[in-house]
Amino acid sequence: MSTPPADRKYAESHEWHKLDGDTLTIGISAFAVDQLTDLTFIEMKEPGTHLSPGDVAGEVESVKTTSDVYCFAEGDVIEANAALADNPGLVNEDPYEKGWLVKVKVTDPSGLDALMDADTYAAEHTA
Amino acid sequence: MHKSPIHDFHVQHGAQMVEFAGWEMPIKYTSIIDEHNQVRNAGGMFDVSHMGRLEIKGLHAKRLLEHTCSRIIGSMQHGQCRYSFMCNEQGGVKDDVIVMRLDDDEFMVVVNASNREKIVAHLDAVKAAREFKVNIDDKTFKTAMVAAQGPRIMALIGGVSKEIPTLKKYRFTTKNLLVLKLIVSRTGYTGEDGVEVILPASGVNMAMKLLMKDVDPDDPDAPMKPAGLGARDTLRIEAGMPLYGHELGEEINALATGFDFAIGMNKNTDEHGETFIGQQALQKTVDDGGPKARLIGLEIDSKRTARQHMKVLLPGGDQIGEITSGCLSPTLGKSIAMAYAAAGRLNEGDACLVDTGKATLEARVVPLPFYKRD
Repeated sequence: MSTPPADRKYAESHEWHKLDGDTLTIGISAFAVDQLTDLTFIEMKEPGTHLSPGDVAGEVESVKTTSDVYCFAEGDVIEANAALADNPGLVNEDPYEKGWLVKVKVTDPSGLDALMDADTYAAEHTA
Repeated sequence: MHKSPIHDFHVQHGAQMVEFAGWEMPIKYTSIIDEHNQVRNAGGMFDVSHMGRLEIKGLHAKRLLEHTCSRIIGSMQHGQCRYSFMCNEQGGVKDDVIVMRLDDDEFMVVVNASNREKIVAHLDAVKAAREFKVNIDDKTFKTAMVAAQGPRIMALIGGVSKEIPTLKKYRFTTKNLLVLKLIVSRTGYTGEDGVEVILPASGVNMAMKLLMKDVDPDDPDAPMKPAGLGARDTLRIEAGMPLYGHELGEEINALATGFDFAIGMNKNTDEHGETFIGQQALQKTVDDGGPKARLIGLEIDSKRTARQHMKVLLPGGDQIGEITSGCLSPTLGKSIAMAYAAAGRLNEGDACLVDTGKATLEARVVPLPFYKRD
């Protein structure tokens, strides 16, 4: 399994959060994807939805289960990954790049401080 | 936790192992959907060693099974398999089983892993109460069981045995392969043609090498690849096959399943006048106008999956039933589910709703099975 990239932070609930300026991209880790098995359906909150740290940003369904995806910063949803509507398996193939889930315009990033760096996350979640 | 005799095979092939009914078993090797499609299009090899294998042998073997199985056992020929329920006194389902008749007084019964200990205790109790002379031997840990399923499997097996591809559906043969005694049955749980093989645990790794010797799992055109329990579940859902704990349970009336062929309501015509446990209760169900709920198939107008315990609603919003199993069907590209619904309220083609707890999905009733090979 691929090592989690060091350019982002990770939540206990297996989301990754990558901040570029005030744009936050959220996805789920390779470990989470392996546990979920093949993704079958993904639905993120509509653009314009305001999220506070700990809010549900959307839902992912796999062959095995349905899971919520959480956002840990304050901001507004700007875009969901449109490519996933027809091909949710993109998250299985490339969870850290092409398989991103949602982008949020951040008004307060301080919630991200509590998240783990890649090394800490990898140490806790080796498949 | 119990390990399959071919545990090492799974690890070598990169399986993701999960706990299932006290066993560590492979849920997938690569992708559940890829393995599902491999079985539908070519062939898959499943380890089903976790299932219980009980040898029932002796003077009263037939009577013990006649009394505990809903299906008529006495008319079975040697080399024949039958799918049956074992019921409780209330007509609920204790387990669904495959009975194989090896001889007049010798049977092999394959039971669910989660019910093995319960069924052994049940058979022991009936044996004691009726003073049957019969030996109940749990062979689960001395044997392995492998299922090879898919449209290319019989041709593949034809390269090893001329006889096996001539077996009719639900027939088995016993073979001696080198020093191993095998039971090979033309049965399965995927909706595809194929076989299930019971063999001694000590010889299964050698047999696996033989079975997989010309098979390269990395070849996209391989006639057979290892497949996990994840694919086994989506395959059986498409094939409309019930699973204990979902469509079957102690609280579920056997007649509600709709699998009437597996319930011999005329059993007391047997030479010993042997009825089956639960028969009286089921006769009352029939006399009272039939079961209160019926198993139905649903096609859901969404890519979302309907999961066990989600509510099934009438278009007006009243609850009428509950989902038992569902998946986004890899073969049909549609979301499908099985559910129990109040008898007579939802008929084929009728619209209904599935309440996921967060969303309400539109669905309609379709015939079972969802998938049948021509």
